Amino acid sequence: MKKTAFYGALAVAGLAASTASAATLDDVKARGVLNCGVTTGLVGFASPDANGVWNGFDVGVCRAVAAAVLGDSDAVEFVPTTGKTRFTALASGEIDVLARNTTWTFSRDVDLKFEFVGINYYDGQGFMVPRDLGVASAKDLDGATVCIQTGTTTELNLADFFRSNSISYEPVPIETNAEAQQQYIAGACDVYTTDASGLAATRASFENPGDHVLLPEIISKEPLGPLVRHGDNDWGDIVRWSLNALIAAEELGVTSANVEELGAAPTGNPEVNRLLGTEGELGAMLGLEADWAKSAIAAGGNYGELFEKNIGENTPIGLARGLNAQWTDGGLLYSPPFR
Amino acid sequence: MTTDRTIAFVRTEDVPAMPPPPNAVGPVRWIKDNLFATPANSVLTILAILAIYMILNGTVPWMVNGIWASPSLAVCREILDGASGACFAVLGERWNQLLFGFQYPADLYWRPGLAFVLLFFAAAPVLFFDLPRKLLIFTALYPFIAYWLIWGGSIFGPLLALVGIVAGALFYQRFVKNSFAIGFFGAIAVAFVVWTIGGAILPDGGITEGAMRSVPSRDLGGFMLNMMLGVTCVSLSLPIGIALALGRQSSMPIIKLICVIFIEFVRGVPLITLLFVANVMLGYFFPPGSGVDLFLRVVIMITMFSAAYIAEVIRGGLAALPKGQYEAGDSLGLDYAQAMRLIILPQALKISIPGIVNVSVGLFKDTTLVSVISMFDLVGMIRGPILASVEWQGVYWELFGFAALLFFITCYGISQYSQWLERRLATDHR
Repeated sequence: MKKTAFYGALAVAGLAASTASAATLDDVKARGVLNCGVTTGLVGFASPDANGVWNGFDVGVCRAVAAAVLGDSDAVEFVPTTGKTRFTALASGEIDVLARNTTWTFSRDVDLKFEFVGINYYDGQGFMVPRDLGVASAKDLDGATVCIQTGTTTELNLADFFRSNSISYEPVPIETNAEAQQQYIAGACDVYTTDASGLAATRASFENPGDHVLLPEIISKEPLGPLVRHGDNDWGDIVRWSLNALIAAEELGVTSANVEELGAAPTGNPEVNRLLGTEGELGAMLGLEADWAKSAIAAGGNYGELFEKNIGENTPIGLARGLNAQWTDGGLLYSPPFR
Repeated sequence: MTTDRTIAFVRTEDVPAMPPPPNAVGPVRWIKDNLFATPANSVLTILAILAIYMILNGTVPWMVNGIWASPSLAVCREILDGASGACFAVLGERWNQLLFGFQYPADLYWRPGLAFVLLFFAAAPVLFFDLPRKLLIFTALYPFIAYWLIWGGSIFGPLLALVGIVAGALFYQRFVKNSFAIGFFGAIAVAFVVWTIGGAILPDGGITEGAMRSVPSRDLGGFMLNMMLGVTCVSLSLPIGIALALGRQSSMPIIKLICVIFIEFVRGVPLITLLFVANVMLGYFFPPGSGVDLFLRVVIMITMFSAAYIAEVIRGGLAALPKGQYEAGDSLGLDYAQAMRLIILPQALKISIPGIVNVSVGLFKDTTLVSVISMFDLVGMIRGPILASVEWQGVYWELFGFAALLFFITCYGISQYSQWLERRLATDHR
């Protein structure tokens, strides 16, 4: 995840310059469309299909926010951003929310003046090796050649990991993930390291995925989440609680299949009632309709459904829930209560 | 010595010519002369044949085994069952995205297609000056037609632009005889007046339904975007480049200073930096949502960039002319514009053709750089959406080979044209 002081300076300059968009919610409602920044393409997280329709896990967040605000999950203008243009696009007001597998770090939050509204995917840096190598742990990788994307935090994490374990490695610097796949397959390096979700997606594209194993060590924290600009806390609240609504819905057993039924009339569970707007005034507090969360959940399903549909174990990417399971199942997903 | 010796035999007719020895004629001779002339030559030939064999050995089965019908890479591999083979099915399924981008409405593909075909008719009278000059009228109309076809919307927008330009041109013709400055700046003012008044009167241009509905710039993509950027920027940067080159040679200090600073600044900055400025920095100067179209910003930046290069190429052509040519123009009593138009520029441009073509080909390929500012040109489409789809991630050679093929066809065409042009314009006796 590359970041230079240059872009930081740009972002700050942008904030100073663009004071016009204080009430993002009003802008979005007037426009009738949510401008949502996504990646230009990352398997499982965001990519357009053969008909040009965006799909993916991050895209699901955009659609949920659009549904909560505008009542229509298709009222989204997807603005593709690269790693280099994403922060300036957000800072300049070109997009209302950035949902682009962006790691929540201190400097991005504080120095670039953004507000991370939550975490929709807990990632971490992992290792992939050919099965033939017979390596069971990253600590056995002494002297290995490692394919590593230059200029990213993964490069620094790798150096830290090997130094703290007093083992040596030889880096093979590469520029893009696509290049890395080719190099790794061609045997130019023993190990490929990047975010674990990326490794899984890469492995899924191989001719014989079974010939490659992901090592158990995860050597860094990469919490990925949607973010908004500083300075409009009302809008930040809306995006934060839209994401929380998806997470809480899974915990409470609200799915896209039963959300209509549960939201039609008050049920026996008061928290479900408050979430779906059949009880209390939560929607009005956000400045939205009472059924905002119902729309958000109906858009693409709750968090678990989004996960299973886009990156879960039944997709070619085949990611296990792991850290991204609900706290009740031993994961880290823990939505604050809706009350 | 006696002279009346009996002559035993006198040949009275030519011996019939013997066929040359077999190793001195035909293919054998050719091979001997060209491939195995010296030992070093022979070694090189054998090495080259080996290299060609190895390349073909790898690629031919891969191409021949290619799978053309498959919904995904995984299915391709199933069909191939371990054999080496390409998965060309990705081209069959995503060809429209490669050519038009993933957002251009599928039922409107005929519009850019038609614009592309018309491009040849519009370019022909410019490229081949033996054609009737009347065809240039269509060339002049083409930008407006192409704009209308590709972006759609109301016909009044392009029409208004055309009317403004025509009004400006008429004004220029009428008043340029009095003073160039009045004619030139007056024409610009007239055009703006026409546009402002027309813009106020005419209804807003957006059409949301039907065959000519508007398509926003953001939805353009694929090879279409490369072609549009390439054609627009090359054709704009040529006149600007000529003006800059003449300005740099000018004896008027301020004009000269402006041209020198512009050329040196733009040439000293990487294109990718200019593109980032177009995409990122300009966004700060406009209120959100009301900025100048991204496509237009990129066109301006690329045009500036290539104009600076073309200016230097043409300056080289100007410098190559003997001083006598300038003096000849003066001695004939021609003014500056006439001397340039009739004597200097035709020769200087002829000398500059290889350089100009070089810049144009380079510029055309540089249009792929827009993929880093998240515009989905051909390379952007491949690197982004297609390789990120669950079905096709892992397909590299087929996609990039296809992109290379498209670019090669275009660039080779440009190169062949320029060589024809050089031969056609060759007036010296070499």
